[in-house]
Amino acid sequence: MVTAMRYIGKPLKRKEDPRLIQGLAHYVDDLRLPEMHYVGIVRSPYAHARIRSVNIGKAKAAPGVVAVLTGQDLRGAIGPVPCAAQIPDMKSAPRPVLAFDKVRFVGEPVAVVVATDRYAAHDAVDLVEVDYEPLTPVVNPEKSLAKGATVLHEQFKDNLAYRWELEGGDLKKAFKQADKVIHQRLINQRLIPVSMEPRGVVAEYRPGEKQLTIWSSTQIPHLMKTQVAVMLGVPESSVRVIAPEVGGGFGSKLNVYPEEALVGYFSMHLGKPVKWIESRRENFLATIHGRDQIDDVEVAIKRDGTVLGLRCKIIADLGAYYQLLTPLIPTLTGLMISGCYKIPAVRVEITGVFTNKMATDAYRGAGRPEATYLIERVMDLVAAELKKDPVEIRRKNFPQPKEFPFTTPTGLIYDSADYQKTLDRALKNANYAKLRKDQVRQRKQGRHIGIGLSTYVEICGMGPSSAMPAGGWESATVRVEPTGKVTVLTGSSPHGQGQETSFAQMGADVLGLEPDDVQVVHGDTAVVPYGIGTFGSRATAVGGTAVYKSLVKLRDKMALIAGHVLGEDPQKLVFRDKKIFSKAGKKSINFGEAVAAAYVAKTLPPGVEPGLEATTFFEPSNFTYPFGAHVCAVEVDGETGDVRLEKYVAVDDCGNVLNPMLVDGQVVGGIVQAVGQALLEEAVYDDQGQLITGELMDYAIPRASDIPWMETARTVTPSPVNPLGVKGVGEAGTIGATPALANAVADALAPFGVRHVDLPMKRERLWQLMHKARAPSKARRTK
Amino acid sequence: MAVEIQLRVNEKAYQSQVEPRLLLVHYLRDVLGLTGTHVGCETSLCGACTVLLDGKAVKSCTVLAVQADGSEVTTIEGLAGQPEAGGKLHPVQEGFWEKHGLQCGFCTPGMILTSVQLLRDNPNPTEAEIRRALAGNLCRCTGYQNIIEAVRYAAKKMKSRKR
Repeated sequence: MVTAMRYIGKPLKRKEDPRLIQGLAHYVDDLRLPEMHYVGIVRSPYAHARIRSVNIGKAKAAPGVVAVLTGQDLRGAIGPVPCAAQIPDMKSAPRPVLAFDKVRFVGEPVAVVVATDRYAAHDAVDLVEVDYEPLTPVVNPEKSLAKGATVLHEQFKDNLAYRWELEGGDLKKAFKQADKVIHQRLINQRLIPVSMEPRGVVAEYRPGEKQLTIWSSTQIPHLMKTQVAVMLGVPESSVRVIAPEVGGGFGSKLNVYPEEALVGYFSMHLGKPVKWIESRRENFLATIHGRDQIDDVEVAIKRDGTVLGLRCKIIADLGAYYQLLTPLIPTLTGLMISGCYKIPAVRVEITGVFTNKMATDAYRGAGRPEATYLIERVMDLVAAELKKDPVEIRRKNFPQPKEFPFTTPTGLIYDSADYQKTLDRALKNANYAKLRKDQVRQRKQGRHIGIGLSTYVEICGMGPSSAMPAGGWESATVRVEPTGKVTVLTGSSPHGQGQETSFAQMGADVLGLEPDDVQVVHGDTAVVPYGIGTFGSRATAVGGTAVYKSLVKLRDKMALIAGHVLGEDPQKLVFRDKKIFSKAGKKSINFGEAVAAAYVAKTLPPGVEPGLEATTFFEPSNFTYPFGAHVCAVEVDGETGDVRLEKYVAVDDCGNVLNPMLVDGQVVGGIVQAVGQALLEEAVYDDQGQLITGELMDYAIPRASDIPWMETARTVTPSPVNPLGVKGVGEAGTIGATPALANAVADALAPFGVRHVDLPMKRERLWQLMHKARAPSKARRTK
Repeated sequence: MAVEIQLRVNEKAYQSQVEPRLLLVHYLRDVLGLTGTHVGCETSLCGACTVLLDGKAVKSCTVLAVQADGSEVTTIEGLAGQPEAGGKLHPVQEGFWEKHGLQCGFCTPGMILTSVQLLRDNPNPTEAEIRRALAGNLCRCTGYQNIIEAVRYAAKKMKSRKR
């Protein structure tokens, strides 16, 4: 790949860390500008209501308050919240940045207060009086389509947002040939991303220069710049978006929210810098949620365990409005529904519905955790039905390595894989045979031990532009500065993933330098050429490839210059140890000399331009498809229903690896987020549409004390889609782990006659399942 | 209405007039400009705002600045001044860097200060003891594993220094 691989593939310590471990980094709330003003937002306490009137008199008179504006005041002044996804026949229900006639979810912004002080702004929010006429809320997605259900968006006749269908293969034949058909309803509960840093926006407008700078905690500064310019009706060239240090995103900051436009608007109109920092409560109510599907699946199987066909009806609860990608997310479930198996025929029908809740959108995995949970539960249900080991069922249905690139019935082309190898490694690392043997003994002792596995494939490296709503390429500019230091400008927008380090490793290896010679810059639209951003495990596979290609272009140009100086064939030069050597190593010039030659421009070979800068807009030819196998063992406490996670083994394959330390970090973090979905987390709206898990007190994300040591390992199957051979790993853990845990708990409860346990597998749910099985007569009486 | 407080923060003395309702975390961040202490939940559930107050790890989003009157506060910015650090990175900071104990870094200052107190109380903690001690500090990125490694690294390092 490069001349010398001194740093690529090594677990280099992060260049990001010194500022972060000393409290010297700058997140949005750390920005301090002279005369900063603060925004507080009045939000609806009702899930569904008509706004009769808004009285801002008291708020306006409060100390420190400089402006109070309502939805009516701003009607038409700021464009709606953008949605980039397009699905045929999708109903479009644009969301105003401030509700002016109706509110459709608890937390929807109704009015904005600006004050000279953070506390004053919050005080004044409480003084705004809104008179609401409550309407019947629509909470249950299945009932949302019932006759007579209240309609959220009155311009439509019902709450149907869209239907989407996909069919591949001969489904009729599959079900006709089946020995058995298995049905199951699977619920992928609504989750809340909970990045540790809530969202936040600072805007500063300079009227003389007509320049609006917006600092936002975002994963997509460039897309945001475009959208905010459109929302505010200002030329895009006068908007600059900066993503400073971003404290986690997980998809929740892959969006453009009302607040970016509102804070920008107020800065323009007041001529002062304005700051809005989201409270945790607001983060729960008004930042996107994830998942929320009801999947009814039917699967046609042969007695030997071969899966012939799969039919699935999905109800996707989209919430009240679309955010950037809302309608698109469930379709990813559809595309990935056959998982890593050779299923000849599938049919998926998605019904997207509006309900009086916050919008769902991309949350770590975005559609693929749902697909993987579904197909991996199905594999275990098949195994249970046929009384076979789940490993055997999976092996039977894997495509073989020689079948790659492998075309799925949904039309995707999986790039490369060896599912068997990864599963074998996971079984070995977990000592699966012994786990099973021990389980027999432990069950005899009355213990409820479960073993679960999942073999997953995910769709990453998003993606070819033809399949993406707003471009799937990524940009990179690499500049060798006159002093010989290297600046990498990437359109990716890392927020914890560590690409300041891994891209520097690449720069060092391609140019024969040290990682400290390479500075990676991202997240500032005035500095970095237009890019797409960080999501969908794309930053390395797409953004990294763009960096690599720019590095190679620069190296080639420097070789021309060095070759000219040395009188050597440029193609045979070697970049190493901050020098450029002839092939035989006899002649060399310092890297810095070649750089100086490029800038001083007196000894350039004919036809070579001065300067050292190269830009690439890399368009991938396909997605990448990382995969893996996870195995875990749990014990369920028969008295309390508590699940103790005893062992967790993950073997993942994300192709080539730039920095294994970063990759392991992504995997373990992802697994623990999946532990959250499997065992703890659930966004619950009551029948009035109130989010009753609206704080960290009620919404339990995993703590250090909830989990055991995760054992990770890797197989390496390079991707043919990009020259680095990388696939992406940001979402793998979250995709692979939830089904492994679900399968383990179902296995633990199998002796009770339990076939399936819904997520999250909380202790009360498990206790009830065990209790019912143990004392059926008593359970019936108490009902 | 404002109340006068006197306190020491990171070995420096401060005297300020503050509103009685001002939270310690906002005093540190907005008045003193020490923005290394983060606000993650305002309800003392996430631990991002953890500082040492008279040597004890506390969540500064639920302490009033007036309650800190007369106290000694250590924030992440002042950790290098602590005796274990000797002007350089504190061994816990070093551990977080060495062991990839952070990704987005937002929970990190709180995690580090909680870990500092843990190691003062229990210089040689087991994995379970570390997990229990950090249960009040939430991290959404790392899955905690490398944070535990970081604390172990620091424990080892501090032990070897004492010898």
